[in-house]
Amino acid sequence: MKIVVDFDLCQSHGLCTQAAPEVFEIRDDGFLYILKEEPGEDLRGKLETAVRECPTGAIKVEG
Amino acid sequence: MRRIVVVGASLAGLRAVEALRREGYEGALTLVGEEPRAPYDRPPLSKQVLRGEWGEDRLDLRRGAGLEELELDARLGVLATGLDGRAREVQLADGSRLPYDGLLIATGARARRLPLGEGLSGVHLVRTLEDATALRDALVAGPRVCVIGAGFIGLEVAASCRALGLSVTAIEGLPLPLVNKLGVPMAAAVADLHRAEGVDLRCGVTVAAIEGDGRVERVRLSDGTAIDADLVVMGVGVAPNVEWLRGSGIELDDGVLCDARCATALPDVVAAGDVARWPNALFDETMRVEHWTHAVEQANAAVQRLLRGAEATEPFAPAPYFWSDQYDVKIQFAGRAREGDELQVIEGSVEARKLVALYGREGRVTGVLTWNRPPKLIAYRRQIAQGLSWADAVSSASS
Ligand SMILES: Cc1cc2nc3c(=O)[nH]c(=O)nc-3n(C[C@H](O)[C@H](O)[C@H](O)COP(=O)(O)OP(=O)(O)OC[C@H]3O[C@@H](n4cnc5c(N)ncnc54)[C@H](O)[C@@H]3O)c2cc1C
Ligand code: SF4
Repeated sequence: MKIVVDFDLCQSHGLCTQAAPEVFEIRDDGFLYILKEEPGEDLRGKLETAVRECPTGAIKVEG
Repeated sequence: MRRIVVVGASLAGLRAVEALRREGYEGALTLVGEEPRAPYDRPPLSKQVLRGEWGEDRLDLRRGAGLEELELDARLGVLATGLDGRAREVQLADGSRLPYDGLLIATGARARRLPLGEGLSGVHLVRTLEDATALRDALVAGPRVCVIGAGFIGLEVAASCRALGLSVTAIEGLPLPLVNKLGVPMAAAVADLHRAEGVDLRCGVTVAAIEGDGRVERVRLSDGTAIDADLVVMGVGVAPNVEWLRGSGIELDDGVLCDARCATALPDVVAAGDVARWPNALFDETMRVEHWTHAVEQANAAVQRLLRGAEATEPFAPAPYFWSDQYDVKIQFAGRAREGDELQVIEGSVEARKLVALYGREGRVTGVLTWNRPPKLIAYRRQIAQGLSWADAVSSASS
């Protein structure tokens, strides 16, 4: 499973960091960082939530 | 809890049923919604949809995942008409009754309509997808547009109409648009932005009449001025959808009155989203917030309260957050701005259409406004929730 964020779409709304804190983090500079590009299957549920909660549809889960 | 009912199938209601399943609730789940279609997203309605850039397919809040996997009984296209708190039952317009152990109210709000121009064609609102597509289709003919009310929706409609090359007049009763949300200096900047983009913005006047023969021909202002217009959009705020709760024992006061944890006066009944009013401890104020992210966050908080009870839940005390897209400016705000607040632009400028401004009161930062600086917004939003001091914020910004 691979996480892809379209940074042109991402507006740092930060909802993904609430849905899947293991994978997404907004640091003090305010930018979104992906902590794990290829997270384990155990996180699939949380990542699907992040995909849906992102207001701009910037996140994709591949595979 | 074995039976949970969620009423209102838009953003807050959908996020609530998703959160319930995510949190491991396995009992029966019913989602009731007046609108017949699957839950869709409203922010694009006044933006990409009006400009004709996005079709309906882009608005699905489940992003194609459907409702099936949530294993719920979806009653879409059905209005809830009553609540019997003692019998723990929701009544629906089709005559059915839904018994519940837990109930989440997410019936949102509807656009207010001024009692003017009744019976004339060419008067529009923007709340539902039907509203937005009807307006989009009417804009194709190239009408002269008059927007009544320069709040978020009105200003976004004005911006979208200008992007389509239409002539736009906007009428606002307040001395400046959004002055109650952003304070005088920044509201003045918003007014300047719209004037620079060609909107004829008139503030401090109200509308006396919408006139025409069968369809809109002009808008008459309280000072007697007439504005020629072929189409009117009313953006004069919303009214919470609470009528179905009258007599239920739920306290109603411009919305459903909740406690600090989103619980209503009835046991095991919580509320979230545009419909809910609750005391936000971060600001010592009872508020009802009409913004996207708030609906998601409060739905999650209300679900926690429903499943875990009051003792195991934190009070819901966020710095409310909204964004608005107008022309090439992404406006974002978190927190609360009130009259008499300190205001300091700590980065950028209005002219550059890129800025960060802080609002403060009693030594604390209470709000942050950004134009085209999204990363800064989220960083400050978090610090505001943690009680960022004005002195620290201003000194670290200037160093
Ligand atoms: C045009 C537009 C643009 C917006 N742009 C932005 C933006 O840029 N940024 C931002 O932060 N926010 C924006 N918002 C606000 C955001 O969309 C709302 O805050 C959000 O939709 C609130 O969700 P909700 O579920 O609480 O309420 P709603 O979306 O109002 O949903 C309530 C649902 O309940 C249904 N319902 C009502 N009564 C009953 C009943 N008795 N029985 C059954 N169903 C019922 C309604 O039909 C509706 O489907 C915008 C809103 C609009 C209309
Ligand atoms: S939720 Fe979406 S817009 Fe927000 S930070 Fe995550 S990817 Fe970006």
